[in-house]
Amino acid sequence: MRRKERIDRGIKVRTEGIYAISSMREILYLLGPRLLLIVGLILLPFILQLAPYWARVVNIMCVYALVALSFDFLANYVGLVCLGGGFFVGVGGYLSAIFNTYLGIPFYLSIPLATVFGAFLCTLLFLPCLPLRGVYFAIVTLMYPLLLTRIIEAFDILGGTNGISGVDSFPNQYVEHYAIIVVLLLVLFGLRRFVNQDIGLVLRGVKDNDQSVRASGINVTHMKALAVFISAGIGCFGGAYLVHLYMWAGISLFALDFSIIPIAAVVIGGGGTLVGAVVGTFILVPLSEALRNLGTFRIVIYCVALTAFIVLKSEGIMVYLQRKYHQFERWVKV
Amino acid sequence: MSSETILSMRGISKHFGGVQALSDVSFDVKEGEIYGIIGPNGSGKTTLINCITGFAKPDKGQVFFRQKEITGWPPHKIAHVGITRTFQIMRPYYSLPAFKNLIIPLWSPRARKLGGWRGGGKHGDRDTVAVDILEEIGFERDSRVPYKLASTLPTGYQKRLELARCISMRPEIIFCDEVFSGLSMSEIAGMTPLIEKLKMEGVTLIMVEHRLRELFRVADRVMALQFGEKIAEGLSGDVIENKQVKEAYLGSEEV
Ligand SMILES: Nc1ncnc2c1ncn2[C@@H]1O[C@H](COP(=O)(O)OP(=O)(O)OP(=O)(O)O)[C@@H](O)[C@H]1O
Ligand SMILES: [Mg+2]
Repeated sequence: MRRKERIDRGIKVRTEGIYAISSMREILYLLGPRLLLIVGLILLPFILQLAPYWARVVNIMCVYALVALSFDFLANYVGLVCLGGGFFVGVGGYLSAIFNTYLGIPFYLSIPLATVFGAFLCTLLFLPCLPLRGVYFAIVTLMYPLLLTRIIEAFDILGGTNGISGVDSFPNQYVEHYAIIVVLLLVLFGLRRFVNQDIGLVLRGVKDNDQSVRASGINVTHMKALAVFISAGIGCFGGAYLVHLYMWAGISLFALDFSIIPIAAVVIGGGGTLVGAVVGTFILVPLSEALRNLGTFRIVIYCVALTAFIVLKSEGIMVYLQRKYHQFERWVKV
Repeated sequence: MSSETILSMRGISKHFGGVQALSDVSFDVKEGEIYGIIGPNGSGKTTLINCITGFAKPDKGQVFFRQKEITGWPPHKIAHVGITRTFQIMRPYYSLPAFKNLIIPLWSPRARKLGGWRGGGKHGDRDTVAVDILEEIGFERDSRVPYKLASTLPTGYQKRLELARCISMRPEIIFCDEVFSGLSMSEIAGMTPLIEKLKMEGVTLIMVEHRLRELFRVADRVMALQFGEKIAEGLSGDVIENKQVKEAYLGSEEV
C-alpha cells in the first residue's frame, strides 16, 4: 500500500518569516518567486511593445493592483474593511490635476505632492469614522466617493461633470510604464516588510483585539489613522498617476470600479498575503478587458467566475500556492 | 513595604439599563499589597475593573491614582501611567506567535519610555526581551511553545500570556480578572510563585477571584461585593467569616 505524505520544507523553521538557510539552492528557493515577479514586471513593457493596446492595460492594471494592495493591507492587517478605494484614487487624481493645471507644477512633483496631501486629506476625512467597526466602517467609507461626486456635480466645481482637462502627460512610454511598475514593486515589498516590523505587529494586534491594544497603553485611533494614511497614500498615488495617464481628471475617478474590482482581486488572490492582491488583479483586469466586447454580459461571467472561485478555492490562489510551495508531497510505502 | 495609598475609589456607581452593576463602592489599595475582590457571579467585579481602567465610564464617583484623579480617562492613558489589567475573556492576538504578542505592549510608549529590559536595552531587540519575559512567566524557552501561534496555546499558557502582556508594560498596578479560573490545581500552584514574585518586585496586585482558597493564600486584604455593593472588607480570614459574605456565597441564612 502507498500513502501520500506531506512534508514542510526543512528550511522554514519555527515561525513565519524565520528561515535557516544553508545553501545556494535554498536561497534560490526563497528568492525564486520574488525574482520571477520582479523580472517579469520589469520586462513586461518590452514584451508588450508588440501589442500597444495591452501596454495601456498593464498601466491601468498596476493602478488597480496598488488599490488592491491598499485594501488588503487595511482589511487583513488592521481590520478596517474600507470600501473607499475609489475615494483615495479620486482625491489623489483631482489633487494632482489641480497642482498640475492650476498651479503649473510638473508631473514629477505633482504626483508625489498629491500622494502626500491626498493621504493627509483622506485620513482627516476618515477620522470621524475610525471608531466604527466592521460593516459600519465599510458602509461609511463607501459613501465618501459618492458624496464627493455629488458635491462636484452640484456645485459645478473643479470642472464639474466635464472634469479637468489639459493635464500633462508623461514624456514617453517608458516613464509611463516604469513610474507605476517601480512604485508597485516598492509598495508590495515595502508593505510586506512593514507588516512584520514591530509597528506592523501593533497594527495586526488592533485587528485581532483592539481592547487588548488599548490596555497596553497604545492609542488605537492613532494607529488606525496611521494605517489609513499609508493606505490612502497608496490609493492617491494610483489616482495621481491615472490623471497624468489620461491627461484628464473627472468624476469617473471616484467610480465604484476602484472600490470593487480590487476587493474581488484580493478575494481571488488570497487575502492577507499582499502578493495575492497583485496576482488577483493581474488575472482579473486582463480578463475583464478580454471580455469587454461582450458588453454588460461580462458582468454575468464575472459573477459566475467569482462565485465558483469562492466556493471552490475560498482561500485564494496565493495562499494555496504558498502552501504548496513550502510543502512537498511524496508517496511512501506503508 | 510602604503602606501609602496608591489607588483609591470614591463612591463608584454604574448601571446598565435597569441593572445597577455597582452602587457607591469605595475602597483604598495600598502600594505593594495584594488586594482581593470576591463576590458571586454578576456582582460587578469586572465592571469595577472596567470603571477603573477606563473601559467603562462610572456614572458617579471618582478614581484616584497616587492622589491624582483619573476618572474617565481613556484606557490607553490609564495604562500609560502604569495601571494594567488582564481580561476575563482572554483574547490573545490570535494571528501572532506567542512571543510576538508581547511586542505590542513592549512597543507601547510606556515600555519604550521606561526601557531598561535586561539585555534588550532601551530600543533593544524586542523579540529577545519578549522571549525573556515569557521564560520568566513559565514558557519553556527551548521548547516550541513561545513560537506557537497564540490561538493554539492551551488555557494555562493563554492566562500566562495575559499576565505577561501586563508585565511587559512594567506596571505599577495589575488587575487580574480571574487568572486562576479554568486552571488545574497544579497550574495554579505554578502561577502562585509568579504572583508572589511580582509582589516582591513592588507591583500592586488587585485580584478578582472565585477560587477563594487560592486567593486567600496570597491576598493581604479582601473586599466582597454583592449586587454591586461592598459588603465586607478586611483581612482574608475575617472576610470569609463575615455573615453577609457567607450568605452571598451560600445563599442561605444559616451557615
Ligand atoms: N456591557 C454590559 N451591558 C449590560 N449589562 C452589563 C454589562 N456588563 C456587565 N453587565 C451586567 O452588570 C452586572 C455585573 O457584571 P460583571 O461582569 O461586572 O460581574 P462579575 O462580578 O464580573 O461576574 P463574573 O463573576 O461572572 O465575572 C451583571 O448583572 C451583568 O449582566
Ligand atoms: Mg467578571
